[in-house]
Amino acid sequence: MALTLADRRHKWDVKLSPFGFISPYFLIFGVFGLFPLLYTAFVSLQKRNLLDAEGAQFIGFGNYEQLLFHDPYFWNAMGNTVSLWLLTTIPQILFALGIAHLLNRRLRGRTLFRMGMILPNITSVAAVTIIFAQLFGRDFGLVNWVLSWFGAGQVDWQAGTASSHTAIAAMVVWRWTGYHALIFLASMQAIPSAMYEAATLDGARGWQQFWRITVPLLRPQIIFSTVIATTGNMRLLAEPLLFNPGTAAATGGSDRQFQTAALYLYEQGFTKYDFGYSSAIALILAVATMLVAGVSYLVTRRIQTD
Amino acid sequence: MTTVLTPAAPAPPAAAPGRIRRIGRRIASPWTYAALIAILAGSAFPVYWSFVVSSQTTEAVGSVPPVLVPGGHLFENIARVFDETNFALALGNSLIVAGTITVSVVLFSTLAGFAFAKLKFRGRTFLLLLVVATQAIPTELGVVPLYMMMADFGWAGQLQAVIVPGLVTAFGVFFMRQYFERALPLELLEAGRMDGCGSLRLFWHVALPAARPAAAVLGLFTFMQAWNDFFWPLVVLVPENPTVQTALSSLASGYTTDYTLVLTAATIGTVPVLLVFLLFGRQIVGGIMQGALKG
Repeated sequence: MALTLADRRHKWDVKLSPFGFISPYFLIFGVFGLFPLLYTAFVSLQKRNLLDAEGAQFIGFGNYEQLLFHDPYFWNAMGNTVSLWLLTTIPQILFALGIAHLLNRRLRGRTLFRMGMILPNITSVAAVTIIFAQLFGRDFGLVNWVLSWFGAGQVDWQAGTASSHTAIAAMVVWRWTGYHALIFLASMQAIPSAMYEAATLDGARGWQQFWRITVPLLRPQIIFSTVIATTGNMRLLAEPLLFNPGTAAATGGSDRQFQTAALYLYEQGFTKYDFGYSSAIALILAVATMLVAGVSYLVTRRIQTD
Repeated sequence: MTTVLTPAAPAPPAAAPGRIRRIGRRIASPWTYAALIAILAGSAFPVYWSFVVSSQTTEAVGSVPPVLVPGGHLFENIARVFDETNFALALGNSLIVAGTITVSVVLFSTLAGFAFAKLKFRGRTFLLLLVVATQAIPTELGVVPLYMMMADFGWAGQLQAVIVPGLVTAFGVFFMRQYFERALPLELLEAGRMDGCGSLRLFWHVALPAARPAAAVLGLFTFMQAWNDFFWPLVVLVPENPTVQTALSSLASGYTTDYTLVLTAATIGTVPVLLVFLLFGRQIVGGIMQGALKG
C-alpha cells in the first residue's frame, strides 16, 4: 500500500522536528559560545592589538613565555587570586554549614528566614561592591567606625594587601553564603531523624551529631558547593574592579595589591587592547581554575563517611 | 554531571514523609532565633544602608557617627540621578536586554528541553551530554574573540551585542528537560498524535501549557541574572549606551564620586530584582533548594 501524503508528512515530522526544536540552542551557542572559546586558543598564539587589526602576527607560545617567565604582574595577580580563593571559599562553606544547621529546626517564619539568607545573592555584584566599598571606606566607613569602639585605628582597607583581600572576601562571602546554606539545608532535611535518635541513644550530643552525622551525610553537597565556589572565586573580577573605582581601577589598587588574574585579563585586553596576551591569560586562568577545582574536589572527598 | 546538578539528598525525601521528619527535628531555641535574626540583619544591612544613604543629603553621609536611619531626601536624590546621569536610558536598556533574554531563554529552553525529554532522534544522548558539558565552561574565557566578532559585525556598543549571546543557556535546556521528563506523561502526547497533531502543535498545545510552572521559575532566574550581568556588558557596551550595571560602574568611577548619587542609583537599580524577589521569593528559594541553580 502506498503511503498517503499525510502519512509521509507525519514520518518526516517525527524524524526532523526534534532537530528543529534543538537547533536554536545549538546554532546560537555554537556561534556565540563555543566558537569564541575555541578561537581564544588561536588568538593567544598571536601578537594582536585591537587598534591594529591588520598587524596581527603569529608568535607561537611567545605570549605564554612572556607571562610565565617575564611578567611579575601576572604572578602577583595569580597570587592574589589564590589568596582570595582561600579567603572566600573556606568561610563560605563553613558559615553555610552553620546557617543551614540553624535553619534545620522547627522554626516559625521559615520562609522569611530562607528568603533573608538568599537576599544578598539576588542583588547585583556592581551594586553590592559599590555599597561595600563605601562601608569599608577609610574616613567615613561604617566598618572603621565600628572598629573604633574597640580601639582599632582607621584602617585604610584598600591600601594593604591583607586588608583589601579581607574586604573583598567579605563581599563575596556575604553574597554567596546564603545560597550554599540553602543547598545544604535541602539535603539536611532529607536525613532521616532516626539516625539522630540512634545517635542520641548512643550518647552523641549536639556538636558530635553535627560533625559525625550531618557533615558526612552532606558530603556530595559539600563537594558540589566547594567546586562551584572555587570556579566562581577563581575568576573574581567585578569586586576588585569596583572596590577602587577610578581611572586606575583595572590595576586593582595603586600597587596592584588586589588585582586578580581575571582583572589582569581585563586590563590587558580592554584597556591596553593586547588581545593575544589577554587570551593567553584567559587560557592559563582556565587551566589553573580546573587544577584548583580538582584539588578542592579531592580535599572535600576525604570527608569521613563512617 | 547529572548528580552534580541535582544534588538530591542521601536518602530520597519521599522515603521520610514531611510530618514525621518535622516531629523528629529539634525545636528552635531562643538562641537559634537570636542567631538567625542577627544573620538576617547582616544579610539585609548593606541593602538597607544603601537605601539610607539614598534618602540623605551628601553632607549627612560624610558625618561621624554615620547616619543609620532614612532621611527625607529620597525623591530629591532620585530626581538628581535622572537629571544628572543617563540612568533612564540605562534602565530602559536593562529592561530591553533582560526582557528579551528571558523570553528567548524560556522559549528555546522549553523547545529543546521538550525534544530531549520526549522525542526520539539520532544522537539524542550525545547531544544532551554536550549541553550538560558546555554548562561547565566559563564564558569569560571567550570574551576577547567574542568582542572581536561583535566589532566585526558592527555591534560593539549596541544592545544586540549583549542580547544575542544570551539568547540561549545550557542551564535552561537542561532544567526544562528534567522537568518534562518527570511532569509530562507520554500518554498525553500519544493521545495528541492520535488526534493528528504535528510535533509543533503538540509542543504548543500540550507541552507548553504543562511546562508553565518550570518555565516561570526559569524565567525568574534568567531575568535576575540578565539584569545583574556585569562583565560582558562592561566590555562590549560604551558609557553612552549603558545597562544599569555598567552605568553604576561609570558613576562610581568618576573623578569625584558623589556617593549619595551613586548609592541612590544602586538602590534604584536593585528595585526591579527586589520586586521580583518579594513576589516570587518562595519559588526562588524552592528552585535553589531543589537543584543547584547557579546565578
